[in-house]
Amino acid sequence: MEQYLIFNQLNYPIISVLLLLPLIGAVLGLLFKSDKAQLRWGLGVTVATALASLPLYTQFDRTTALYQFVEVRHWLPALGLDYAVGVDGISVLLVLLTTLVMPLCVLCSWSYIKERMREFMFVLLIIETAMIGVFVSLNTLLFFLFWEAMLIPMYLMIAIWGGARKDYASIKYFLYTFAGSIFFLASIIALYVQTGSFFIPELMEHSFSFTFQAWIFLGCALAFAVKVPMFPLHTWLPAAHVEAPTAGSVILASIMLKLGGYGFLRFCLPMAPEATWYFMPWLIALSLVSIIVGGYLALGQSDIKKLIAYSSVGHMGFVTLGIFLLNDQGIKGAMLQMINHGITTGALFILIGIIYERTHSREMSVNRALGAMMPVYVFFLGIFSLSSFGFPGTNSFVSEFLVLLAAFSKYPLVGALAIVGAILAAAYMLRLLQSMVWADSDGHGHHFLMITAKGTATF
Amino acid sequence: METMLFLPELLLILLALVCFVVSLGNTPRTGFLQGAVISFSTLALLATATNYQQTGTLFFGAYQIDQLSQLFKLVLCAGLALIAWATPGLRGIEKRLHPEYYLFLTVSTLGLVMLSSAVELLTIFLALEISSYALFVAIPFRQPLSGRQQYEASIKYVLFGAAASGLSLFGMSYIFGLSGTTYLAELSPLLPGLISSQPLAVVGMILLLCGFFYKLALFPMHFWTPDVYQGAANETTTFIATLPKIGAVILLLRLVSLAGVDISQLSWALGILAVASMTIGNLSALVQNDIKRLLAYSSVAHAGYLMLGVIAGSTLGHAAAIYYAVGYLLMNLACFFVLYHLSDDNRNLNLADLNGLYRRAPLLAFVLAAGVFSLAGIPPTIGFTGKFVLFTSAFEQGLYGLVVLGLINAAISIFFYLKIVRAAYLTSTDASSTPVVITCSSKLLGLGLILAIIMLGVLPQQLLALAKAAVAFL
Repeated sequence: MEQYLIFNQLNYPIISVLLLLPLIGAVLGLLFKSDKAQLRWGLGVTVATALASLPLYTQFDRTTALYQFVEVRHWLPALGLDYAVGVDGISVLLVLLTTLVMPLCVLCSWSYIKERMREFMFVLLIIETAMIGVFVSLNTLLFFLFWEAMLIPMYLMIAIWGGARKDYASIKYFLYTFAGSIFFLASIIALYVQTGSFFIPELMEHSFSFTFQAWIFLGCALAFAVKVPMFPLHTWLPAAHVEAPTAGSVILASIMLKLGGYGFLRFCLPMAPEATWYFMPWLIALSLVSIIVGGYLALGQSDIKKLIAYSSVGHMGFVTLGIFLLNDQGIKGAMLQMINHGITTGALFILIGIIYERTHSREMSVNRALGAMMPVYVFFLGIFSLSSFGFPGTNSFVSEFLVLLAAFSKYPLVGALAIVGAILAAAYMLRLLQSMVWADSDGHGHHFLMITAKGTATF
Repeated sequence: METMLFLPELLLILLALVCFVVSLGNTPRTGFLQGAVISFSTLALLATATNYQQTGTLFFGAYQIDQLSQLFKLVLCAGLALIAWATPGLRGIEKRLHPEYYLFLTVSTLGLVMLSSAVELLTIFLALEISSYALFVAIPFRQPLSGRQQYEASIKYVLFGAAASGLSLFGMSYIFGLSGTTYLAELSPLLPGLISSQPLAVVGMILLLCGFFYKLALFPMHFWTPDVYQGAANETTTFIATLPKIGAVILLLRLVSLAGVDISQLSWALGILAVASMTIGNLSALVQNDIKRLLAYSSVAHAGYLMLGVIAGSTLGHAAAIYYAVGYLLMNLACFFVLYHLSDDNRNLNLADLNGLYRRAPLLAFVLAAGVFSLAGIPPTIGFTGKFVLFTSAFEQGLYGLVVLGLINAAISIFFYLKIVRAAYLTSTDASSTPVVITCSSKLLGLGLILAIIMLGVLPQQLLALAKAAVAFL
C-alpha cells in the first residue's frame, strides 16, 4: 500500500492534530460557564485549527497525485482495519475550506444564539472534527464513522436552535441522511467482503465485475445524492436550511453539501468506473433537473433563506453535472464550483442571519430598501449575489464556465439546458437584490439598522 | 480442582442462601442485600476470571467448562452486579418482599450461569426452567398500582414460558428419538447427516430452539414481551430485558452450530424468523408511547439482528453475536437505569415524562442518549460496531437479502429512537419541573455506562478477540 502514500514528513502528526484540536476543545469548552467565555473559547479553538491547517497548504506537494501527510496506525487488526488518514489535491482544499469557514460560524453566532451556548459550542466543534475527518479518511470505515458522526450534532443543532418548524426539519434531515447512508454502509461491507480491505487507495486499484460495480455504485450514489442533494432527494434541504440557525445553514451549505460531491469523486468514479459510464446519462439528466428545478423554485420564493436554499440545489446540480460529464474540465469545474459555492453561499447565509437578527423576518417584502439604510451591508450582499449567479469577474463565473464548457464540448444539448439554469440563477438573484436594495420602503423604515464593525470584519 | 471450576455457581448459591436467611427475619435490609448481591456476583466474576483458561467437564459430562461458558459467566455475573447497582432501594417492589426479590434474581442468574455450561439436553432444560421459574415468581412482586398489570404480566410470562418449554421438550424428544443420545458432544457428528436426510430433524431442532426464542423474544415467541415489560416493575424489567437474552444467545450458538456448517434448510427457517422479528419489532415500536413497551418491541427487533450472526455460522458470525449480546446488555442497562431513576413513584413512563430531562438531570439524559443512539446503531457506539460486524459476517456468507433487510430495518428504527432523544433533549419544560436527584454511586454507574458504550464501540479489538477465542470451543 506504500506506493500510494507519502508519509507525513512534518515532525508532528498534522492531520491527527487537526482532528483532535476541535474535539479536545469541545470537551474542555464544557468547563466555561459564561456565554462570552464560550464564544471566545470557540473562536480561539476554530482559529487555532485554521492556523494549524495552513501547513497543509504551504507544505503540499503539487507535483504528485499521491496521498500526503499520511498517518497509519493499527486499530482493529481482527478485521484488518487501520486508522489511516491523509490528503490529496481534492481533499486538501476542502479541509482548508472547512477550517476557514468554522471561525466565521462562531462569529455569526455571536449574538444569534441566545440560549444553551455551552452546548452550542460543543456541538459546533464536534461537527468540525467530523467534517475534517470525512475529508482526510483513507479508510472506508473511518470515512463512514465520521460521516455518521456529523449526523447527531447537526440534528441537534437544527432541532435545538432552529426556527419555527425545527422539529419537522430536523427529523426530515436525519431520516433522509440516515436512510441514504445505510446503503453506503452495505457497499462498504460488500467491498470489504470482496477484497478484504477497507483501504481506499487499494480499493481503487481493484477491478470488479460489472454487476458488482453497479450495486456498489447505486449504494454509494444514494448516500451521496441525498447529501448533495440531487433531485428528487433534495426536499430535506430547504427545510433544514431554513430552520437551522445561521451557523448551521453556513455549515450545511458551505461544507456538508460538498461531502456528497467529494463522495462521488472518492468512491463512485474510481471504484466503479464502468458502472459510472453506464449510469452517466441518468445522473446527468438528474443534475440538469436539479439545476432547472432548483432555479425555478428559487424564483418563486419570498423567504430569502428558502431562495438561497433552492439556489443551492441548482448550484450543486452544476457540481454533479461537472463530475458526471467525466472529462477533465468538468471535474475541475465541479471542484472549483464546490469551493466557490462554499464561500458564496456561506456568505449569503451569514448576511441573511444578520438581517434576520435585526428585523426578525426573512421575507423579502419586509426587508426592503436596505440600500439607503445599510450601505455596507448592501455592498457585500451585492457582491455575493453577483458571485452566486456567476457574474463574470466573480469566482463562480470561472467554475460555472468550466462546467458549461465541458458540457458543450461533450453534449451541446446538455450545455444548452444548463444555460437555462444559469439564466434562472441570474433572474432570482437580481429579483432578490432588486427588492431588498432598491424597492420602495413600505413603512419598515423605523428599523434603523447598523452593521457592526464585527459584521463587516467577517466578510 | 473441580470445586474451583464450579466456584462461581457455588458463590451464587451461597448468595441465594444469604438472601433466604434474611427473608426469614422481619426487616427487609435492602441496602445490605444490595451490597451482598454486588459483592457476591463480583466474587463470582473474579472466580470465573481466574479460571478463565481452564477447561473441564463435571457431572458425567453434562456440564462443560470452557472459554465460551466462562465468557458468558463473566458477562452474566457482571450483569447481575450492574443491575443490582443500577436499581438501588428497589422502589418498585413491595417492601416486605425485598429479600425474596433478590433471592429470585440470584436464582434466575444461577440458572442462566448453569445454562451457559450445560451440554446435555436435559441439563439444558433444567437450567432453562430454573432461570424462568424464578422470574415467574418475581414479576408480581411489584408494588400494587391501580391496575393489576403485574399479575397479568406474570400470567402471560408463565403461560408463554410453559408453552415454550413444552415445545422445547417436544423437540428434544424428536432429536433423542432420531439420534438416541442427549449429549451435545455425541449429537454433533450425527446431526448434520440427520438434518440433510430427515425432515423431522429440522422440525425437532426448530421446536427445541423455541424455548430459547422465547427467552430471546424472537418472533413468533415474542408476544409476551411488551405486556411483561409493561406490567413488571422497572427493576424486574431491567433484569428480564438483559440477562435472559444473554443466556439464550449461548444456547442458540451451541445448538445451531451443532447442526454443522451446511445448515441450509435450517438457516432458511431461521432467516425468515430473523427478518420477521426485525420488521415486526421495529414497525410496532413506531407507534408506542409507553417507553417500556417501546423498548420491548425494540428488543424483538434486536433479537432479529442477533440471529444474523447465528445464521452466518462462521467464527466471525458467532463472535459478532456474542459481541452484540454484550453491547445489548450495556445499552439496555443504560436505558433502564435512566427509567428506574426517573420513575420515583414506580409508574411506567411515557415519552412525555422525558420532557426536559436534559434540564432536570443532564447526566441521565446523556446516558439515555448514549443508550438509545447505540440501540439505533449510530457510530461511534458499541451498537454500531456490533451491527457492522454482524452484517459483515452475514455478507461474507452470501446472505445479501438478510443484510439488506436488516439495513432497511435499521433505517426504520431510527425514527422511534429519535423520538426518545427528542423528548429528553428538545422539548422545553415548564419552570415547575423538579430536578432529579441521583446519588454519587449512580452517577458513577451512569458515567461508566457511557464510557463502556463508546469505548467498546471505538476499540472493539479486545472483546472481539475474546469472543473469537471463545467460539473456537463450540
